[in-house]
Amino acid sequence: MNSMNTIELAKKIRIHALKMTSSGKSSHIAAALSIADILAVLYGNFLNIDPMDPKRFDRDRFILSKGHAGAAVYAVLAETGFFPIEKLTTHYQNGSDLSGHVSHKGIPGVELSTGSLGHGLGVGSGMALAAKLSDKKHCVVVLLSDGECDEGSNWEAILFSAHHKLDNLIAIIDYNKIQALATVAETLGLEPFADKWASFGWLVREVDGHDHLAIHKSLNELAGMEGRPKVLIAHTTKGKGVSFMEDSVLWHYRTAQGEEFDLALAELEASE
Amino acid sequence: MRDTFIGQLKQRAVGDPRIMLITGDLGFGVFDRYREDCPKQFLNAGIAEQNMTMVATGMAMEGRIVFTYSIGNFSTLRCLEQIRNDACYHNTDVKIVSIGGGFSYGALGISHHATEDLAIMRALPNMTVVAPCGLWEAKQATDALIDTPGTFFLRLDKSSGCDEPLQQEEVFRLGRARILKEGTDVAIIVTGGILGEVQKAADILEFSGVSVKIVSVHTIKPFDVGLVLDIAREIKTVVTVEEHTVIGGLGSAVAETLLDNGVQPKAFLRIGLGDRFSSMVGSQAYLRQQYGLDASAIAGKIRKLI
Repeated sequence: MNSMNTIELAKKIRIHALKMTSSGKSSHIAAALSIADILAVLYGNFLNIDPMDPKRFDRDRFILSKGHAGAAVYAVLAETGFFPIEKLTTHYQNGSDLSGHVSHKGIPGVELSTGSLGHGLGVGSGMALAAKLSDKKHCVVVLLSDGECDEGSNWEAILFSAHHKLDNLIAIIDYNKIQALATVAETLGLEPFADKWASFGWLVREVDGHDHLAIHKSLNELAGMEGRPKVLIAHTTKGKGVSFMEDSVLWHYRTAQGEEFDLALAELEASE
Repeated sequence: MRDTFIGQLKQRAVGDPRIMLITGDLGFGVFDRYREDCPKQFLNAGIAEQNMTMVATGMAMEGRIVFTYSIGNFSTLRCLEQIRNDACYHNTDVKIVSIGGGFSYGALGISHHATEDLAIMRALPNMTVVAPCGLWEAKQATDALIDTPGTFFLRLDKSSGCDEPLQQEEVFRLGRARILKEGTDVAIIVTGGILGEVQKAADILEFSGVSVKIVSVHTIKPFDVGLVLDIAREIKTVVTVEEHTVIGGLGSAVAETLLDNGVQPKAFLRIGLGDRFSSMVGSQAYLRQQYGLDASAIAGKIRKLI
């Protein structure tokens, strides 16, 4: 898949996520828009996965640790053939299995149910260690939010992964710099963020989290490096793609209804 | 019980590369032989129980049978959400082991008193809860944990009772309580190493003419509903004994079972800890005395009841 395709895929993820969160009146649209480009590159052009055989043993494992952006993952899975696109309309509805926070139960392609922050990296570390002990060559990719890095359990996993030289593990941070109630800097500052990871023994790359070519290049570079776990700090814009949602604390929880929904959809559909 | 568990785990791990043992930096000297024989199946996760449990889940998802090991509440309460969301919800082969049920580490203080773990672990869906009463059950339970898929909590005690089978051919079954002594006047239903106190209490009671039946509930969940109902229908006085709060553990499980099924014994008593912490320091035997859980206190309470 070339980068034009991933741009089209990202656009579809955004439109699905908007429709899903609006019809479900659910939160977290801005968090989903923030990672649409990262997911498009991962699923369109990086992960070795097979929608016809979602549990194939040599597949790459992807974990969405920031489970609240589940709508975006459901969207990319549907668009890449893991389940029918029509299923997305059940998101957040009574009786559905597409919960607001990402769930694996009955959903092909989801490795781990998350929703409470600070779980994905540790479980991913266990998967990566098991793969290394068995001489398997697949990789484990875990996508975390920046606010999620407040959770101490992540730092346990960061220590552990470096100690065990888990070079088949890639963490990606959606660094949009806004969390639930305020900016990251105002809440519990992470800077110097890249230095923290590096000092814990991780290989660090920083990238524009909306530049598909740059994301792809960084992931490939990191994948080829040995001896240490890797982190890609993706600088992103929360709410990316809808002008009035961008860089706004409000849209962490707000759901687009009525005219706001129409405006948001029009902007996303007009994007190229 | 600890050495029995590790000895049996080693026996099995030698022939089964799926078995992994992860400790949270506890068990000095305890794992030496295991590590010698199975060096690739041992990991010290450091003092990081949340990550220990997450790593165990990830490894179990990749086909391993993973034991997490610590003492007191560290392998359970410290990482409760990882146990719930990761290990249990994904129905993984993570086997959580805690050494030191109840007051096993009594002198170390309340941080090390594991006195609510059964209730909390029992409340988790997909979780099997096992608390052996003695060395025979500890060994059998270790095998059962390896051979039975799913998430388990194994609560091991520093003390133990005599739990050898009455009949040599007895087969250990998860979820099946065991009759360790026949009797007709009172049934004592017990879990964990406090069986030793119960057996001494039974001796005291028998001396004064009270016939005591002793039932070991090594599996708190799934619970042996059938046997407990049979016992309560046949024996007028039913007593539960556990080194654990009376809230939510064995006594609660028995009471729930009886009421759910419309069976009411003539007399019923839950012996355990009250709804409190213990700030008092002392050995397991000493603290049992202080909280009315030693043999003579158990015998005294039962004598008053009948």
